[in-house]
Amino acid sequence: MAEYWNINPEHESAVRDFFTSVPEADVVLDFEIGEKDFVNSGKGSAEVKNTLKRLGIGPETLRRIAVASYEAEINVTAHSQGGRMDSYLYDEFILIRFTDKGPGIADIEQAMVPGFSTADDLVREMGFGAGLGLPNILKNSDALHIVSAQGESTRVEIMIFYGN
Amino acid sequence: MIMLSDYLALIDGTNLTPQLDPTQIEIKDAYVSDMLSDVMGSAKPGQAWITIMKHLNVIAVSSMTGVEAIVFAKGSAPDPAVIDKAIEEEICLVLSPKSVFELSGILYQALHK
Ligand SMILES: Nc1ncnc2c1ncn2[C@@H]1O[C@H](COP(=O)(O)OP(=O)(O)OP(=O)(O)O)[C@@H](O)[C@H]1O
Ligand SMILES: [Mg+2]
Repeated sequence: MAEYWNINPEHESAVRDFFTSVPEADVVLDFEIGEKDFVNSGKGSAEVKNTLKRLGIGPETLRRIAVASYEAEINVTAHSQGGRMDSYLYDEFILIRFTDKGPGIADIEQAMVPGFSTADDLVREMGFGAGLGLPNILKNSDALHIVSAQGESTRVEIMIFYGN
Repeated sequence: MIMLSDYLALIDGTNLTPQLDPTQIEIKDAYVSDMLSDVMGSAKPGQAWITIMKHLNVIAVSSMTGVEAIVFAKGSAPDPAVIDKAIEEEICLVLSPKSVFELSGILYQALHK
């Protein structure tokens, strides 16, 4: 399995501590994501956004979380055989984990390059396939962790701090 | 800044979501693209989104980025299910017979005069 990490230096130690011993979350939300189910894809991210909004998270942080989460949810829909998203809400940040049933990413560094896409015709017809989803997740997250390999499942973990 | 209602008058626009009031929606700028992840990465609240894409995902993209108005070019209208979802999310949908180029030019002029 290949592994990719990107951590905002500002939160480096908090992120490392967190992944060393993952504490129990205050709130947990989970959703199934169906293969090529573009009708329902996005509902998980919308629910996360609405929950955080109710908890008083500010609009700019909400936008970052919504954009990163939606891109990852759409990627599971568009590129995998389906999977799930699990969102863990903590006091100061959210962790959203996407796990799917494969077929995996052969070269994660290449997948991160803006413009790189293997989207099929159906996915392109839906308006996706610009190769900008993973770069958008990178830009809007404080930590991005991807674990995958060709023929294996993909795990994408996104951590975003609420700020002030 | 102009109100969406003033822009509608300039583009032969129809409000597909009459439950929402275009005289209350401020337009400060626009984003023009048909690639949804491009819009996800660059569109901002206060912008109108001018596009020819019209399936359900455009509503989610608007909602995630905070875009309050979508202008569908070349008279291609979305399905009723898309309109219902937009009303639920409070995103105003506008239909115009004009091309993306004309829609952008007209808005640019209105914003910069
Ligand atoms: N969950 C996944 N499973 C398998 N491959 C994936 C997954 N997520 C991303 N990829 C691969 O990484 C590539 C780049 O993803 P990215 O989200 O950046 O672009 P895209 O989905 O192709 O297009 P866009 O996001 O702009 O609509 C994809 O085309 C696909 O090859
Ligand atoms: Mg994508």
